[in-house]
Amino acid sequence: MNINDIKSTGTKATRDGFGQGLLEAGRQNPNIVGLTADLMESLQMQHFHKEFPERFFQVGIAEANMIGIAAGLATAGKIPFTGTFANFSTGRVYDQIRQSVAYSHKNVKICASHAGVTLGEDGATHQILEDIGMMRMLPGMVVINPCDYHQTKAATLAIAEYHGPVYLRFGRPAWAMFTENLPFEIGKALLLASGTDVTIFATGHLVWTSIEAAQELAAQGISCEVINIHTIKPLDEAAILDSVSKTRAVVVAEEHQRNGGLGDAIANLLVHKLPVPMEYVGVNDSFGESGKPVELLDKYGLGKKDVVWAVKDVLDRKK
Amino acid sequence: MSDFSKLKELSIQVRRDIVRMVYNCQSGHPGGSLGCTEFFVALYGNVLKHKPKPFKMDGKGQDMFFLSNGHISPVWYSVLAHTGYFEPKELATFRKINSRLQGHPATHEGLPGIRIASGSLGQGMSAAIGAALAKRLDGDPRWVFVLTGDGELDEGQCWEAIMCAAHHKVDNLIVTVDWNGQQIDGPTEQVMSLGNLPAKWKAFGWDVLILEKGNDLDAVIAMLRKAKRRCGKGKPVVILMKTEMGYGIDFMQGTHKWHGKAPNQEQYESAMGQLGTTSIGDF
Repeated sequence: MNINDIKSTGTKATRDGFGQGLLEAGRQNPNIVGLTADLMESLQMQHFHKEFPERFFQVGIAEANMIGIAAGLATAGKIPFTGTFANFSTGRVYDQIRQSVAYSHKNVKICASHAGVTLGEDGATHQILEDIGMMRMLPGMVVINPCDYHQTKAATLAIAEYHGPVYLRFGRPAWAMFTENLPFEIGKALLLASGTDVTIFATGHLVWTSIEAAQELAAQGISCEVINIHTIKPLDEAAILDSVSKTRAVVVAEEHQRNGGLGDAIANLLVHKLPVPMEYVGVNDSFGESGKPVELLDKYGLGKKDVVWAVKDVLDRKK
Repeated sequence: MSDFSKLKELSIQVRRDIVRMVYNCQSGHPGGSLGCTEFFVALYGNVLKHKPKPFKMDGKGQDMFFLSNGHISPVWYSVLAHTGYFEPKELATFRKINSRLQGHPATHEGLPGIRIASGSLGQGMSAAIGAALAKRLDGDPRWVFVLTGDGELDEGQCWEAIMCAAHHKVDNLIVTVDWNGQQIDGPTEQVMSLGNLPAKWKAFGWDVLILEKGNDLDAVIAMLRKAKRRCGKGKPVVILMKTEMGYGIDFMQGTHKWHGKAPNQEQYESAMGQLGTTSIGDF
């Protein structure tokens, strides 16, 4: 597809896609159960709760217990989806996930909303930017960060069919939608636009930002290949190497610390297989703060201009 | 030999196994394992409805057991081996490389009988609540049992689980607390006082049973059976089970010092002499 053909069809939050996906998954499989730690509506789980009240468990503000209960439900054959903010889904319960879910290989879906600085006004206490790193370090954990409403819904349905622990990361704000008719497969990179000068690998909200940046760059005669890496683990190594062997320059864009996220996952691959100039668009070792989502993206180096600059920097190094 | 006599003899053999396993690899936790021997023998030998082979992870139609204080793995492994989950000779591999008998219980190596990893404390009750809720959803009338240490109750997650089980009326759940009053750094009263433990559980909405003689096999069986009868009435059931850490070996008994320590050769021989032999035989 040509970069200029990608259009937004409106805006909706990724968490809304999760809520709809969970409802549909619940209709398809009676073993699916939901749990929340006092954030049902923030996660849009009220639709599932309304239709399947007996399959939904409110555990109160007790995330550690929620992860443990989910592990027990999975042991006994259920497919639990836990729902709370990304901060409380990971850092607060890392040991519970490590021992009871990942090491014990339980079929638990850890569904995490309000990730990153786009959580906005609540500030840095709630804006986790380290969660992808923590989760991708756990052996056997699948890590998915969908980019819009439709992809989040598709990912939710897909993880219900997959057996094993999954971390599904999404966000709070209404965001551009553009993947309605595109396929979703766990572990499969999604080529959004072909290009020849540089490959932009992007995940989550920064996929749309990267598309807008690539459109601006196209007007300046720079051809960007834009690839959506929704599944950070397992990484689609073949698709990444295939594209990079053509463009030989890489920009990675994500709403996460530069440390430990998708950028590091790709760098780890390329340093062994195909070292090329590479730039990170990510948060540079700092916490966030209160503000509007787009203001924060700009302030913390996650805006369209940051992707444009990163592309120009990497092209300079490629010469 | 009566069934009860067989279980009495099994208790002796399990204690021999515990000491031999820990002595063999010169590491592990004999104290709590010895103190909970009657509990495990009673549970697996008399109380649980369970099918060792083929082992079914989901436990559908069976009673399920979760060990939260995973460091007392020697007693669990020995009882699992003697009740048909795997061959007792595998006990010789405990804590050694390439073994299914990890220092703390794990599912990773596929040891039959283990349903979740434990060792990092405070997590077992939550998992047991999940399994009990699944049984309720499935209309499965069997029970879910879990053992937790008393020192383990220092962990905040335990109290999240205790509150949650009462709130959701998880009345097919039987928790037993190994109330031995000891933890690694000393008596629980010195390390972190548990206060009035029965009153705490009652205040959280549980049906509380107290077992004064947790090292009396007959008393443990009777109490576990009583606990099952108390289920199904809208409240989870807890047995506060008084045991002696290191029970059965004079120099290990009643002290926290044998929580996680292996005996030397002289101590080992003394322990074996005190326990005596059984017709079951050593691994």
